[in-house]
Amino acid sequence: MAKPTRQITIDPVTRIEGHAKITIHFNDQGAVEDARIHITEFRGFEKFCEGRLVWEMPGITSRICGICPVSHLLTSAKAGDDILAVEIPKTAENLRRVLNLAQWVQSHALSFFHLSAPDLLLGFDAAPEKRNIFGLAEAHPEFARKGIRLRKFGQEVIEDLGGRKIHPVYAVPGGVRAPLSVETRDKILAGLPEAYDITSMGLEYIKAFIETNHGKLDVFGNFPSLFMGHVTAEGALEYYDGFLRVVDSGGNIVADMLDPKKYNDYISEKVEDWSYLKFPYYEPLGYPQGNYRVGPLARLNVCSHTGSPKSDKELLVFKQMAGTRNVVLNSFYYHYARMLEVLFALERMEELLTDPDTVNQEDYRARAFSNKPHGVGACEAPRGTLFHNYTVGRDGVIKHVDMVIATGQNNLSMNRAIRQIAMHYISDPETEITEGILNRIEAGIRCFDPCLSCSTHAIGRMPMQVQYIGPDGTPLRTKRR
Amino acid sequence: MDKIRLATAWLGGCSGCHMSFLDLDERLIDLHGRAEVVFSPVMDVKRYPENVDVALVEGAVANSDNRELLETIRANTRILIAFGDCAVNGNVTAMRNGIDRDEMLKQIYGDIGKELGRSIYSPLPVLEETVLPINKVVTVDAFLPGCPPHADLIWHVITELLEGRIPILTEEQLKYG
Ligand code: SF4
Repeated sequence: MAKPTRQITIDPVTRIEGHAKITIHFNDQGAVEDARIHITEFRGFEKFCEGRLVWEMPGITSRICGICPVSHLLTSAKAGDDILAVEIPKTAENLRRVLNLAQWVQSHALSFFHLSAPDLLLGFDAAPEKRNIFGLAEAHPEFARKGIRLRKFGQEVIEDLGGRKIHPVYAVPGGVRAPLSVETRDKILAGLPEAYDITSMGLEYIKAFIETNHGKLDVFGNFPSLFMGHVTAEGALEYYDGFLRVVDSGGNIVADMLDPKKYNDYISEKVEDWSYLKFPYYEPLGYPQGNYRVGPLARLNVCSHTGSPKSDKELLVFKQMAGTRNVVLNSFYYHYARMLEVLFALERMEELLTDPDTVNQEDYRARAFSNKPHGVGACEAPRGTLFHNYTVGRDGVIKHVDMVIATGQNNLSMNRAIRQIAMHYISDPETEITEGILNRIEAGIRCFDPCLSCSTHAIGRMPMQVQYIGPDGTPLRTKRR
Repeated sequence: MDKIRLATAWLGGCSGCHMSFLDLDERLIDLHGRAEVVFSPVMDVKRYPENVDVALVEGAVANSDNRELLETIRANTRILIAFGDCAVNGNVTAMRNGIDRDEMLKQIYGDIGKELGRSIYSPLPVLEETVLPINKVVTVDAFLPGCPPHADLIWHVITELLEGRIPILTEEQLKYG
């Protein structure tokens, strides 16, 4: 007799940044039919920011997320620069970049060492009560301590510049609030050697892990898609400014030198009837062919080179290890890409800190009133491309806000990844669904390092499905928007 | 004496308070030596355990999931600490309180808006009409303000508790934002 239709819920998804549940859906034969990630949070930033001043927006929107507040701070300040119609001083740009790179280090270290390393070092099947940073510190004290110190380095640079580690009010429309002294610069430079060491350790670790587990990682979201990220005019890796490039799964450039301010022209959002989150796609290819991934893996796939020697060398190794000269399709490689990006962040930070324009310059903030009714800011955030789009009145009072968030753009891919993992590990209806299998499905989500605090900032246009499930687990009816 | 059983939880917030907790850095390892962390979003424990000595609760009560978790925490915890401004006074999470909830839901979801999360079978929580600081829902034993509270202040509070004292914050330490 066919088993009744049933559903398993993982609630809450843990060791990710935000609130979510996963459901795994089985068909009448007892095989996995689908797996979905449901976002349960709702915050309403776009709505309650109406009526605030454009100058306040960096401080308010950084509260969208405690993990990447710097990304919202900078993107908001850039939208503000646009509204003020000013060109910010070179010093301000350099300092904003350093702040951003410091966030790269702390955010990627958090994802790699604090959240995902427990799976890698202790094993996906380790006892759940040990599978965390504390368990890691017991079993591998040196590794855990170093991971903690790498994150600390990034957080301290943010504090050195912005006065605090979380929610620094440093960037403002027009520039930054304070210059950087030679002493502080030297203090940061002194911390770099250790940060490089720890990053190499992380890189070597993830390479060895991939080598050892060769073949076992092919189901962690391994599928063709487009990739999108910022590049410089020369096609090098870029986080703060530049142009957008889209490549396909064969490594062909589909679109290049796109103006990020015009994101509305080439990114559209599809409404699926079973998720709170919208599904952005690359408009010219339609839906779902226009599915693209963003974040560390995507950025390494779209850039032709990093533009800095150490990370450029590692980029070649990265592609070799994935067995391709083109783009890497396996989402498990997000972890590897993350450590490689930390290396790049440290290199760029060092270059900027030794640039005479960065230090002790008087000119770090341009001042102006609101000169344009409309402004867009775009940046790479650790998790992918971030857009803030404001409309203001003459007095700089916000009338309308639209934001496209990094994690949201990976929505379709995250769902594809967990479906792939669930179908692989529960291919046979008789399979006993162990805790380890459920953890692998969550681990599929962790590859993307989703920041759900960010994704759920929005108020508008979120599609919805409410599924009514009977006491025995049978869905009774589904109500759609 | 048995180790103190410590929990951290997040309700409606930005996770910045938890990031500040992680800013304890190497002190996290010392902490783990002196206390047992039994529940936290950085761990894989899915259900709030019984018999918790101290809980740090980030975020305000913004939906029914938050409310339910907070009530479970209260019922199973000796000392409950409002951790950060959102928990203490609602802060940024409560900025939507000027907007009518049902009107907002209708604008976004159309007619189904008013039904969201209302069925006991729905996987979605229902939004609170007004976002509430946690002491409007349960009794709170101590308040630790800041957006987020500085890691040194968190450490001060935790070490006081480990010594068996209820932490008293000086005027200097009592800062919002
Ligand atoms: S108090 Fe501040 S840091 Fe803490 S959750 Fe609220 S907004 Fe985030």
